[in-house]
Amino acid sequence: MKPTDVPEISGALRAGVRRAEPMVWLSAGAVTLALMLLVGLLFLLASRGFSHFWPQPLILLDNVESKAQLGILLDREPVPYAQDYRLLLHLGGEDFFDSPLVWVEEATLRARSTPQAALAIERRDQGPLFAFAEGVDYGEARLELSDWNVADQVAAIRKVRGTAGRVYLRLASGRPVTLPASDLIEVSSPNAMSGMARIRHAFSALGRFVREAPRRGNVQGGVFPAIVGTVLLVLLMTAIVAPLGVLAAVYLQEYAQRGPLTRMVRIGVNNLAGVPSIVYGVFGLGFFVYGLGGSLDQLFFSDSLPAPTLGAPGLLWAALTMALLTLPVVIVSTEEGLARVPRNLREGSLALGATRAEALFRVVLPAASQAVLTGLILAVARATGEVAPLILVGVAKYAPGLPVSSEFPFLHLDQQFMHLGFYIYDLGFQSPSIETAEGLVFATALLLVLIVLLLNLAAVMLRSRLRNAFGTQELR
Amino acid sequence: MKTHSIDVHALKRAPARAGDDDVCLRVEELSLHYLRSQNVALENVSLEIPRRRVTAFIGPSGCGKSSLLRCFNRMNDLIEGSVISGRVSLEGEDIYDRGVDVAALRRRVGMVFQSPNPFPKSIYENVAFGLRIQGVNKKRVLDEEIEKALRNAALWDEVKDRLDGSALTLSGGQQQRLVIARAIAVQPEVLLLDEPASALDPISTLRIEELIYELKTRYTIVIVTHNMQQAARVSDMTAFMNLGRLVEYGETDTLFTNPREPQTEDYITGRYG
Ligand SMILES: Nc1ncnc2c1ncn2[C@@H]1O[C@H](COP(=O)(O)OP(=O)(O)O)[C@@H](O)[C@H]1O
Ligand SMILES: [Mg+2]
Repeated sequence: MKPTDVPEISGALRAGVRRAEPMVWLSAGAVTLALMLLVGLLFLLASRGFSHFWPQPLILLDNVESKAQLGILLDREPVPYAQDYRLLLHLGGEDFFDSPLVWVEEATLRARSTPQAALAIERRDQGPLFAFAEGVDYGEARLELSDWNVADQVAAIRKVRGTAGRVYLRLASGRPVTLPASDLIEVSSPNAMSGMARIRHAFSALGRFVREAPRRGNVQGGVFPAIVGTVLLVLLMTAIVAPLGVLAAVYLQEYAQRGPLTRMVRIGVNNLAGVPSIVYGVFGLGFFVYGLGGSLDQLFFSDSLPAPTLGAPGLLWAALTMALLTLPVVIVSTEEGLARVPRNLREGSLALGATRAEALFRVVLPAASQAVLTGLILAVARATGEVAPLILVGVAKYAPGLPVSSEFPFLHLDQQFMHLGFYIYDLGFQSPSIETAEGLVFATALLLVLIVLLLNLAAVMLRSRLRNAFGTQELR
Repeated sequence: MKTHSIDVHALKRAPARAGDDDVCLRVEELSLHYLRSQNVALENVSLEIPRRRVTAFIGPSGCGKSSLLRCFNRMNDLIEGSVISGRVSLEGEDIYDRGVDVAALRRRVGMVFQSPNPFPKSIYENVAFGLRIQGVNKKRVLDEEIEKALRNAALWDEVKDRLDGSALTLSGGQQQRLVIARAIAVQPEVLLLDEPASALDPISTLRIEELIYELKTRYTIVIVTHNMQQAARVSDMTAFMNLGRLVEYGETDTLFTNPREPQTEDYITGRYG
């Protein structure tokens, strides 16, 4: 090459770059925007969700109109048509107040403090209680705690758990409260906690959130059954949709006669992906639950009719409905994978004396396995976040009994189950006091996102293992 | 590196026309039509391919060399709308007869394609493929057969330490020898090679040619090539084709040194086209 060629080429290159620049900026901008929205969403979920577990300071308000009030500050906003602000206070203990939430106008406040001795008590059957310690009884005699320091109070009260004793408390209003030990779950002194103690408290609350079953109409306790339900549903769905979708794609791509009919079927399949998910729910209810389940009941469980055995919403029907919902994604991506397998791989295997089916299942399909997995990843992502159809075909607001157990048949496909997505919907939009449940909603949403992420990560790892095993060109 | 010094001429004993006992593949008045092209791909081709010799098909691109080759293992069956007439017989049996098991035929007639097409599997599994679909799954038998095939394809020493590695990490020349190993692992009678070296560098090409020379003691080899030197180097018999017709067929020596047809002479002296 002549040396004079060099500037010419780089000149042309530069011109090309200059021409491409707006497109580059535009696409980079789009990616940045999408990423920012995603990160923003995750950050919102994480901060609001985690703050639910973080010990909130207890504020004592002394009010001209009423007695002293102790609670968590939820909100501060201007009073409509007045030059004043008002505070929304969560008082806890619904069994002692008309409403656990009160608005307090700042103008009426006489004093405001965060007393060190204030305790936050988590109870089994009722909402949280914010109060001061008076005494404790381990079953023998009452032990006065009033003049103890708060750390010892907390330790003493904690010790009552598991005994037949009780805890004596005093609300901010001065009203005495007696709490049986069996009702006590956790006690803490949020105002007196050190940083480390706060962190420990938050993590232990988080641990209980993922480990425990919900209590009290879901507004308290954990989401363990919902986690199990969600994961189980997705796994079952995957187990159903994978073979079904792959076989359908194989038929369409490899065996079906190319013609208007096949093209129509393919267009139909593609468009199924756009059908609103609630429609799938209705179909699942009509076809699987009432149709299939009802007929099976008549065949095998006719002595227990009219009480349905299989003809009621349950895990199996939900998994089938979700499989149907995600089928188009799997079919489309598998078909594309099959179409991309080079012709000479097929010919190579046929030339070795393989039958068509052998070539397909031993060479072509494995070579397309990455596309199949991509389809499954998309299917899992879609299915995990879907709630609407589940409401009709099997999800329950409260089903602490897990659909898996150590008893035969281990997997109870006919049972209703809890689901994180439905839990969010139920808590966020159906619960009487969203203000107190808000943190739980965010935390659950974050958990759901994390589960989707985890399931996807597993699939991506599997795909890259396949890629390594097959050493496909994309790597090199 | 061995220098390439195969003395084809000294070794050749094949008669000008193969006697009946020596014929492996007999092609009689074979014509082939593709649906999507107006011209006939093959027109009235008749020839006899001798057993355990190397037969080369040469001719300008598009003259039907590959099409003819693909008639020998019925690969053209896969092309929709291809119409074939005439007879092709392998060891006296018509391979286009109704009752013929095409998969079994293809096991007897192996094929290596122009661009290397190893399966996206390990080297071991590539060679094992043909055996596995025949139901051979015993590890000991497979190990033995695979080593034999790889040795015969002159690839064993290069891959014996990484049989479980992906076949796609091999070089082009190694891949092509792997594909040959894969084909001979099922112990075919005939080996069809469609421009096996056209995508390879000169050194890899040389190795393939040496390999062909070694393999011809056991297999009937038919090789398509557009490289006349290659045809002259490796083959015993050469067929020159043009526009779907067989122009001249005879011993390689004769055809290259003393062609009967003016067309052949034009082509081999480079005056063609
Ligand atoms: N699958 C096919 N469909 C239609 N025409 C084909 C097909 N394969 C080859 N042909 C045509 O048949 C003729 C011979 O092709 P081919 O046998 O590949 O030639 P060569 O291998 O000698 O270069 C060419 O004209 C080519 O266009
Ligand atoms: Mg060709």
